[in-house]
Amino acid sequence: MSLRITFITAGRILRQLLGDRRTVVLILAVPSLMIALISAIMDAAPEAFNSVGLILLAFFPFMMMFMITSITLLRERTGGTLERLMTTPTGKLDLVGGYAIAFGVAAASQTVIAAAIAYLFLGLETAGPAWAVFLIAIIASLFGMALGLFVSAFATTEFQAIQFMPVFVVPQLLLCGLIWPRDQMAGWLQGVSDALPVTYAVKALNEVQFNTEITSEMWVDVAIVAAAALVATALGAATLRRRTD
Amino acid sequence: MPPNATANTPATAIAVDDLVVHRGGRPVLKSVSTRIAAGTVTGLLGPSGSGKTTFIRAIVGTQQVKSGTVEVLGRPAGTKPLRRRVAYVTQDASIYPDLSVKANVAYFAALYGKGRAEAMAAIERVGMGDHAHRLAAKLSGGQKTRTSLACALVIDPEVLVLDEPTVGLDPVIREELWDRFHALANQGTTLLVSSHVMDEADRCDRLLLLREGRFIADDTPADLRASTGTANLEAAFLHLIRELEKAN
Repeated sequence: MSLRITFITAGRILRQLLGDRRTVVLILAVPSLMIALISAIMDAAPEAFNSVGLILLAFFPFMMMFMITSITLLRERTGGTLERLMTTPTGKLDLVGGYAIAFGVAAASQTVIAAAIAYLFLGLETAGPAWAVFLIAIIASLFGMALGLFVSAFATTEFQAIQFMPVFVVPQLLLCGLIWPRDQMAGWLQGVSDALPVTYAVKALNEVQFNTEITSEMWVDVAIVAAAALVATALGAATLRRRTD
Repeated sequence: MPPNATANTPATAIAVDDLVVHRGGRPVLKSVSTRIAAGTVTGLLGPSGSGKTTFIRAIVGTQQVKSGTVEVLGRPAGTKPLRRRVAYVTQDASIYPDLSVKANVAYFAALYGKGRAEAMAAIERVGMGDHAHRLAAKLSGGQKTRTSLACALVIDPEVLVLDEPTVGLDPVIREELWDRFHALANQGTTLLVSSHVMDEADRCDRLLLLREGRFIADDTPADLRASTGTANLEAAFLHLIRELEKAN
């Protein structure tokens, strides 16, 4: 692993991303618009928005990173550039690190804009500090990236990659406590929910929601999401083969 | 095999012994062996589907092999130190369509610690100077190939492996590229160039004729013509195939 190559790779990926103006606008604006929409839907129930809007602040970067990572890595795999990179001094972790930095910057920009709009204009309130929300969103986004990296190995077309969204992203959205309280789900489903990393991002957000001070529970939850991101990264990196059939 | 036995015997850059490759359960290379001398241009010729790309991928170390050994510059193919010394130009231009020509070449240059000036020089060398700022996606097929080639030339490799680099190119540019290949070989670079066009065979120092996963010839163009008693290499290739078929 080489830090220099990691940053060169991140620079290349960012340059690709910035060259696509329409995608940049979509990445930066859509989450804010969605959160504004939710705020208007829950106009009469600011308490509900405080909970749902907050969760979406972390969920959007997770989903975006999953999508753009799975598609761009699929392009590297099918376009021959991955094979070419594997004949250069680029290590697998350099490539994964480059993606994490480049798309992490995108996720951070998206989150800053969405959080600023939610806190300043939509009346979002949390007992805890906004930086904790930002931290949780970034960790969740890195988990999304790692998952996208892993999934890209099992798709042969971009069409398939998109179809993995309902498989890997939607269940986590449904079971994380966003649409229904976890303790009111069927018992076995609570068990499934316990096994999904996004659940812990939501638990961490709840800690920030109701506690002025940073709690140790929040750190535990954040650590679980971070560990899941590391495991998924390792699995994803293992799918980057130097030698193929 | 004694390397550098005499001054007249150039060092071996690539050594392949009993290489067997299966893809999808089918044999693609059936025990091939050869020696490629440093500072030469070797042509890898054969019809499509004969295993050329598989052979090339084994040399750059991206192909899973079943058995046999492939050594490049004295080290097992694809090992880490070789990644700075061996460059590979794939058949379909492996460049980023959403980056400009210059950004593509500069990226591969940067991976090897080379700067923008070297990237521009490589772009000029493949005659893409006027297109440096165009998006790769907007280029014609031949322009993409040349951009891909520039991404390999910029790193000044000791071994340059090219898979059908001249397909669809303007004859003038093709001529220029072959001149460049020889100029590189004269400077000590070892080149392995695959092609299915026989008229390019005469421009190689040595030829490997691949058919159905086996080398049916491994010789210089002149010796090949002489041994088969034919005037051109197309005829020589045909002669060899008929001989083999008769033997079977």
